[in-house]
Amino acid sequence: MSKRIDISDLNVFYGDFKAVEDITMAIESRSVTALIGPSGCGKSTFLRTLNRMHEVIPGAYVTGKAVMDGQDLYGPGVDPVVVRRQVGMVFQRPNPFPTMSIYDNVLAGVKLNNRRMKKADADDLVESSLTGANLWSEVKDRLDQPGSSLSGGQQQRLCIARAIAVRPDVLLMDEPCSALDPISTLAIEELIHQLKQDYTIVIVTHNMQQAARVSDRTGFFNIAGTGKPGRLIEMDDTATMFSSPSVQATEDYISGRFG
Amino acid sequence: MTTVATSAENRIRRLPAWAPWAILAASMALAAGILALGQGPTIAGVLLIGALLYVVAITAVSRAVEGHRYAKDRLATTLVTAAFLIAMVPLVSLVITVVVNGIGALSLDFFTTDMVGVFGQDPGGGAYHAVIGTLYVVGIAALVSIPLGIFTAIYLVEYGGGRIKRAITVLVDVMTGIPSIVAGLFAYSLFLLIFGPAYRSALVGGVALAVLMTPVVVRSVEEMLRLVPNELREASYALGVPKWLTILKVVLRTSIAGITTGVMIAIARVTGETAPLLITVGLANNVNYDAFDGRIATLPVYVYRQYSQGGASVDRAWAAALTLIVIVMALNLIARLVSRYFSPRGLR
Repeated sequence: MSKRIDISDLNVFYGDFKAVEDITMAIESRSVTALIGPSGCGKSTFLRTLNRMHEVIPGAYVTGKAVMDGQDLYGPGVDPVVVRRQVGMVFQRPNPFPTMSIYDNVLAGVKLNNRRMKKADADDLVESSLTGANLWSEVKDRLDQPGSSLSGGQQQRLCIARAIAVRPDVLLMDEPCSALDPISTLAIEELIHQLKQDYTIVIVTHNMQQAARVSDRTGFFNIAGTGKPGRLIEMDDTATMFSSPSVQATEDYISGRFG
Repeated sequence: MTTVATSAENRIRRLPAWAPWAILAASMALAAGILALGQGPTIAGVLLIGALLYVVAITAVSRAVEGHRYAKDRLATTLVTAAFLIAMVPLVSLVITVVVNGIGALSLDFFTTDMVGVFGQDPGGGAYHAVIGTLYVVGIAALVSIPLGIFTAIYLVEYGGGRIKRAITVLVDVMTGIPSIVAGLFAYSLFLLIFGPAYRSALVGGVALAVLMTPVVVRSVEEMLRLVPNELREASYALGVPKWLTILKVVLRTSIAGITTGVMIAIARVTGETAPLLITVGLANNVNYDAFDGRIATLPVYVYRQYSQGGASVDRAWAAALTLIVIVMALNLIARLVSRYFSPRGLR
């Protein structure tokens, strides 16, 4: 189910502007990789290149390699739609489809792709996905209600259920807790711990404690100045990063002596 | 002790709820009195002078009792309410006039007979043929311009960029301003070139109305598509849904209520067009079920023709005008129901 991604010499551009420069990193399978760094340093941009969501923006493109199990995500003839089915994504703000019920939201990946599914199979998929997202017990009696009737934390877990219902290999999370209260955040973090058994997870976060709590490896991004591209400064095991980072900038950022 | 004193000072003296009404009544009475001294009061005169007196009086009274901040609020409220009432006057007056004049000649016969054998100022006759004709012409216009407009709007919002997009936007804006008679002449000469002279049919009228309707549809659908949050598109892409399915099942589905309303309003607008139909489809006395050949009657042209004949024809004109208004209002009502039915659940 889960795969590793090897990224080498990756550059990301918005038109003429180079947003992220020269990233080389390995994302291990069945582990949580956290990306930290100041705002505007290209963490989210980099994350979005991993499922080719980046190129939704006009004029954006990528050079370099991102190889998932021997297959270059940016190789010739690779369909971005197929990549996105293998690499799911959870966004900063919960975004359930407002026209769909909770049930239909979980099945959105199936329904929007016009695939047919037996009612029993669909029911099973909804239950397993919602259970996987720790939401089943809270919503099982009101599956036909609109997704927007849930609380913010529940909506975010619904979005996670929706992402894992298409059975991806990798799950990208772009600040999944930044719009949530501490209790919902805790629920999501526990969920990330469980999902690690089956999925490769990459999470962007501004919350250093969160990175320390949930991740196995941490990468620190930084930017030399406005208009300069973001770079990966250092990447190591989370425990090492937070106790004895090898670069001074990392230590400054983590200990709050940044800038 | 000090806190009690402060709260007493902070308490605001307000006018009682009946005060504005009393002032309004007094203003009107005063206006009637003033006019009675002159040439005698008329309804319009009393309302106009009474309203002006009321604006001054309510502001002055409020300033004396409540202070200048509340006085400004009263003044603004009064002006905004007055603007609303003034805007309502022509609408209500028009509806009342048409209903009063039109209801008399309206009968089942009116909707089942045409004008064959009814000459000049004879009584009898009906608008069955004109209702059919209007449905034909507007139906053709809708058939052409709804898909054209929606696809253009999708191109502009989802695909287009750079120079082509800007060119289309400008052209659509220019098209919105085309005088309806020019659209009629365009359709007339287009079919003149293809089918030769003396070709008249509902099709020509439909094309003329489509020229007027398409830009309206494009603009309203474009606005609606832009309202769909980008997050929903991204959520769909991230699930591995191709772009065209995302547009079809997420973007259009989310904005279907607004699109329906916009399209219905566009239809309602062209339903009352007279000038282009006068040129392109002319007028007939009999029912023409063939949309591709021959003159056909439409309600606006029918009204125009009947009214210019005088006598009993004027009653038919009023009845047909009422029919036209009812059709347009029914379309608006349907649009509202549809948009309510489709609007995203939980946001209602």
